[in-house]
Amino acid sequence: MNKNKRNSSRRVLPGFGISLGYTVMYLSLIVLLPLSAAFIETAGMGLEGFWNAVTRPRVLAALKLSFGLSLIAAFVNSVAGLLVAWVLARYQFPGRKLVDAAIDLPFALPTAVAGIALTAVYAPNGWLGAPLADIGIKIAFAPPGILIALMFVGLPFAVRTVQPVLENLDSELEEASAMLGASRLTTFRRVILPVLLPSVLTGFAMCFARGVGEYGSVVFISGNMPMKTEIAPLLIVTELEQYDFHAATAIAVVMLLLSFSVLFIINMLQAWSNRRTGHSRA
Amino acid sequence: MAKTVHPRLLSPGFSRAMQDPKWARRLLCGTALLFLALLLLVPLAAVFTEALRKGWGAFFESFNNPDARYAIYLTLLVAGISVPLNLVFGLAASWAVTKHDFPGKSLLITLIDLPFSVSPVVSGLILVLVFGVHGWFGSFFNSIGLQVIFAVPGIVLATVFVTFPFVAREIIPAMEAAGRDEEQAAIMLGASWWQILHRITLPNVRWALLYGVLLCNARAMGEFGAVSVVSGHIRGETNTVPLHVEILYNEYNFVAAFAMASLLAVLALLTLVAKTALEWRIQHLEKEAVTERTRHRENEPAA
Repeated sequence: MNKNKRNSSRRVLPGFGISLGYTVMYLSLIVLLPLSAAFIETAGMGLEGFWNAVTRPRVLAALKLSFGLSLIAAFVNSVAGLLVAWVLARYQFPGRKLVDAAIDLPFALPTAVAGIALTAVYAPNGWLGAPLADIGIKIAFAPPGILIALMFVGLPFAVRTVQPVLENLDSELEEASAMLGASRLTTFRRVILPVLLPSVLTGFAMCFARGVGEYGSVVFISGNMPMKTEIAPLLIVTELEQYDFHAATAIAVVMLLLSFSVLFIINMLQAWSNRRTGHSRA
Repeated sequence: MAKTVHPRLLSPGFSRAMQDPKWARRLLCGTALLFLALLLLVPLAAVFTEALRKGWGAFFESFNNPDARYAIYLTLLVAGISVPLNLVFGLAASWAVTKHDFPGKSLLITLIDLPFSVSPVVSGLILVLVFGVHGWFGSFFNSIGLQVIFAVPGIVLATVFVTFPFVAREIIPAMEAAGRDEEQAAIMLGASWWQILHRITLPNVRWALLYGVLLCNARAMGEFGAVSVVSGHIRGETNTVPLHVEILYNEYNFVAAFAMASLLAVLALLTLVAKTALEWRIQHLEKEAVTERTRHRENEPAA
């Protein structure tokens, strides 16, 4: 209290109390209070009630599907994102700026639109779905369809975390490596990739977190069959429609805990990345 | 400071070692573009193709419907309320965080970003837990005759929640980069807080502010998951455009569904164009600032 007073008397610029007060109040009302409701509601269920709610076979199947497919989508996107970022940062080709701007399409396009559009393309009678169905590959209304939707929404994360690091990379490192007689591939593997690794992992974590929580783009393409193609967010909606608040909240808490751990990991990765790349530049 | 170039750096063998071989460049470029075309371009094209499947007449007929028009109105209304709310918050938060020092600052910044990592469905659910009929404040709002969940206030709340960080996270770095010197000088010269905001702080961050508002608006108009949980899907009452798309789609009314979706797709494309233009503008300004600074430094007597 005393210390605060001393601080405020040293403040030069006005408006500290009101701006911070408003920020904290608005944040608490809109974000923190509702978030705490999920945890308090779950605490009321007791540990056993919570455990029973999240270990029902249908819930486990949904969580497994959501986590598993999000991991695969994050992995594919990390590789593809690195490739796209490399091409955009290193090569000149006509329309490069247009392609660069288009990367953010999944951020800008509402998820419901992405969902019905992907379904139209990959359904058994769609542009790409039909030829794939002819050779016996089912995309829409099966797990591969969910995977494509998750790749769609996650791609910008994978590209946009790696691209700036690649653009700011000192060419001196590569020059030194080439001077010492390394081949292009060795330079990439031993010099460039280690510098990029933290940002690639950050992109991976963001894709994964986004995938686990994704709803709009997946519900249309997934087919929503319990135990087979039902993702965890959809199961929350289903439980809620049956007014089973406890079951819905328990699944939500599992997902919240997962998102918070991913957030924590991303922060650690970013600190690691800053230590790696920050020193060489002023 | 002229950089001396080692002769070996100029030899053809070296430039070969520095650059990817031509075949590799072509292969990587081709693969990346094909991947992007399949994943991004084809679905976007599908939206417009499906919307126009039965011609322009059927396309325009889809909007000649009170429910469709109400959905458009509600989407504009919800964005019109949520974006200004989050803009005011973004300004307050960035003023507090960048112009003052206080303990717990980095924690506050982390908490502001929190809604980004919450699944939209979970965002909707927690609002139901707090404001629903059986929720914490449900009976209170019921007694004053205000229905929150399954009504417009709930949709606004859900939209505010999911778009919460957008403006703040763009303005905070811009205000941080602008520093405090100009504001402090203004205070010394006797400027009021309002004059400082209006003459110095806001002009300094105007492009970042516009950028944040743009992204916030795009998400506010397109949000589906969180709004879907709290809306109750009542036609002509709580249906926004994305929710109306879902209803039409589930009724197999594909042309109308894709026609509504094409509105949102056009909005997304406009957002991308404006965003790219803003990014170029910001980069240009940054470059100008750097050359300005180096010019100043050259004019100064050597330290």
